[in-house]
Amino acid sequence: MPERVELSVNGRALSVPWGTTVAAAVALAGETRFRRSVHGDARGPLCGMGICFECRLTINDEPHARSCLILCADGMEVRTDE
Amino acid sequence: MSAAPDIVIVGAGIVGAACARECARAGLRVLVLDRGPIGGGTTAAGMGHIVVMDDSPAQFALTACSRRLWQELAPELPAAVEYDPCGTLWVAADEQEMAEVHRKAAFYRERGVRVEVLEGDDVAAAEPALRPGMAGGLRVVDDAVVYPPAAAQHLLESQENTRRIEVRPGVTVAAVNEDGGVTLADGTRVRAGLAVNAAGPWSPLLAPGLPVRKRKGHLVITDRHPGFVHHQIVELGYLKSAHAVTADSVAFNIQPRKTGQMLIGSSRQFGAEGTEINSDILDRMLRRAFEYLPGLGRLSAIRAWAGHRAATPDKLPLIGPSLVSDRIWLATGHEGLGITTSLVTGRLLADHVLGRAPAIPVEPYLPARLGKGATLHA
Amino acid sequence: MNSARLSFDLVVVGAGPGGLAAASVAAERGGSVALLDNSPWLGGQIWRGEQARPAVPRARQWIERFLASGARAVMQASVFASPDRGVLLAETPAGRLTVRFKQLILATGARELFLPFPGWTLPGVVGPGGLEAMVKAGWPVAGRRVVVAGSGPLLVAVADGLRRYGARIPLIAEQAPQVRLARFATGLWRYPEKLSQAVAMKARLLGIPYRAGIWPRRAEGRERVERVVLTDGKRSWTVECDLLACGWNLVPNTELPRLLGCALAGGFVRVDEFQRSSVAGVFCVGELTAIAGGDAALVQGQIAGLSAAGAAGAARELFAERWRWHRFGAALTRAFALRPELRALAGRETVVCRCEDVSREAVERCRDAREAKLHSRCGMGPCQGRICGAATQFLFGWESDSIRPPVFPVRVESLLTASEHSKPVSNLSDPTP
Repeated sequence: MPERVELSVNGRALSVPWGTTVAAAVALAGETRFRRSVHGDARGPLCGMGICFECRLTINDEPHARSCLILCADGMEVRTDE
Repeated sequence: MSAAPDIVIVGAGIVGAACARECARAGLRVLVLDRGPIGGGTTAAGMGHIVVMDDSPAQFALTACSRRLWQELAPELPAAVEYDPCGTLWVAADEQEMAEVHRKAAFYRERGVRVEVLEGDDVAAAEPALRPGMAGGLRVVDDAVVYPPAAAQHLLESQENTRRIEVRPGVTVAAVNEDGGVTLADGTRVRAGLAVNAAGPWSPLLAPGLPVRKRKGHLVITDRHPGFVHHQIVELGYLKSAHAVTADSVAFNIQPRKTGQMLIGSSRQFGAEGTEINSDILDRMLRRAFEYLPGLGRLSAIRAWAGHRAATPDKLPLIGPSLVSDRIWLATGHEGLGITTSLVTGRLLADHVLGRAPAIPVEPYLPARLGKGATLHA
Repeated sequence: MNSARLSFDLVVVGAGPGGLAAASVAAERGGSVALLDNSPWLGGQIWRGEQARPAVPRARQWIERFLASGARAVMQASVFASPDRGVLLAETPAGRLTVRFKQLILATGARELFLPFPGWTLPGVVGPGGLEAMVKAGWPVAGRRVVVAGSGPLLVAVADGLRRYGARIPLIAEQAPQVRLARFATGLWRYPEKLSQAVAMKARLLGIPYRAGIWPRRAEGRERVERVVLTDGKRSWTVECDLLACGWNLVPNTELPRLLGCALAGGFVRVDEFQRSSVAGVFCVGELTAIAGGDAALVQGQIAGLSAAGAAGAARELFAERWRWHRFGAALTRAFALRPELRALAGRETVVCRCEDVSREAVERCRDAREAKLHSRCGMGPCQGRICGAATQFLFGWESDSIRPPVFPVRVESLLTASEHSKPVSNLSDPTP
């Protein structure tokens, strides 16, 4: 298993240890706003265990991915704030 | 409400709400009773498609008139009703269905309904998510979409009506009486000049023998995927199949909600009493939708649910006095078109009560047309 | 769509202590056993990260026992439906999974209770358990100021864990009054293994400021939390922070047992002495049956696993230990009962339903959860009311609305039934809705 994983968050390249979730990678990239709520407010993870759906973002063009449950993989393109 | 109401309506669904609104506008005092919340029965299980239909001249007259009433109402609808004049796109998969597009187009144009005929490429441009190779389609420009429970609530509770309408949710009616009143489940008698049975699929409980049957339907709603489709898209493929009114059936029907969510239908089942999900029919309904929208399967589904429509033998609603008593009115049997035809139903009721000329000829909808079945009232 | 089918004598859902124990003891007695979990790791929430980096000896012991037991782990599988008796449908990253079982043990655990207060939707306001889980998965907290607030023994454990990752903890704010906590702590002599975890005492030993009888009134910041206003009910003061970890103890994840028809009592699944639910062949263990912690779940899991494997005698030998942990759980529940003032935290404009941004005012106009769904959109979003449903239960005493599949949002294609060979679609109907 490779020790590190290369991905991009909002177009910026990022290298994280294997086993890092996408939610953690987004935080490592310095982002606090994961998504906009229905009324446009900033939101980030709440439950950290896949229940609350606040950590949703877009992974490889697929929207509504629960970033706290998904491990980073090489080449992943992550976009927040959509 | 201190004095007895002029009219008591059983059912706070979209049909009962529309009846209440029209009567209140006419100056009458209205009491609306429902065993559940406003719009919690069939109204919560429908798509909210406001659509002109042409299966029969009577159906066209009813839907066209009611759609006009919705258009008139639209400016006052609050955001929660999610009124969206997105239009209907009837898609033709092949040349046979395309012939139907042309027939429909001619029929609608002659009657002043705005339509556009789309050839294959135009359909693909209008709805890129459709599978390639569609023969064409018919865009019915002024068809629209609403969120039905909020629409029912608005009809009952908009500023101008609240003075004359009292809604009592959570009250079960045991009987509709020939003197125009009702008897509640707890034995209380409510007096009124006229009782309206707008209980949809449950209307036969208050009028035994009424030829209204429960027809179950399933729906699935997705998370927000704005722009996946732009019109309410409906197939014309059902033309080629046996038009069974008894067997279970499915058809491709998708609706873009103003929220960006996709509402997926539709199915029809007789003899299915409960509102649980029947995975077999849900399966068939979704497979049919995937045939038209290959990318639909990847969207995120939030909820699936089922409910019942009120079906009549001739696919037209029952609007008018019951043969048991002219102080009992029926406003039921709207099947899958109740959201569209609710407003005209209310208008026809008010026209009758006030002795006005009816908005459209009422004969095709009178309960008496179905003969003895409609008159039974134990 | 990719679709696979599996079949087992026993299926266990949830890979926390209860599920691990159940699957292990059952598999050790023969028969095919599968353990399903929606995360990529064994251990559930309480032992999260233990599989990759073992730190808790008992966690390692049970994970190793499970791995040697012959049971099969099916990870990243979210169970969302049961179209027929003895069948579960799960969604995995690879596609849809159909799992057949003769017996089923549900160990779906609990989630944190979140209550609305002004500012609770700001990024950086997180659940304590949730933050700990995310930190174990790489979320950076080194040098960050984390106020830990809410209620329950978890707060101290989390604060301790966060500090190990370099976080600074200005304060642990426990809403329960000091007098109740003291009574709880003195009762802990019965549970020597828990004594070292006695909340206030442990916090003191760790050198983390711990105050009972205080709670957050609101969180403030621009686009993320920057400070929290705390209160003791009389006065209020502000503490600057980078993160506010706030949770109000736990609520059981009863969605799956309810979908299967298991009877509930007082919000928990009702089980008999062998952990059997009201549905034949379906057992429930752990927080589903009572909030009593990981030790209780381990014992209950073993009892259920042994019962399912036909070893009733061996199961009986564990009854006394389970009883002990149930008493502990009951004491815990009494000590950390939520104060009524918390019902007033959310103002009229405070969002209650985060998925759909529904204010308390809009929700409060409705009479029950169903009406709130229909007329305010509260509970209509992708969390399916998991967050707001628990909140409205606390705020207004509402029971949750009926449950239908999918119990988790899934891809639309995952809703297709197991009959992969499509039947021809006949009898198309006219397409009005």
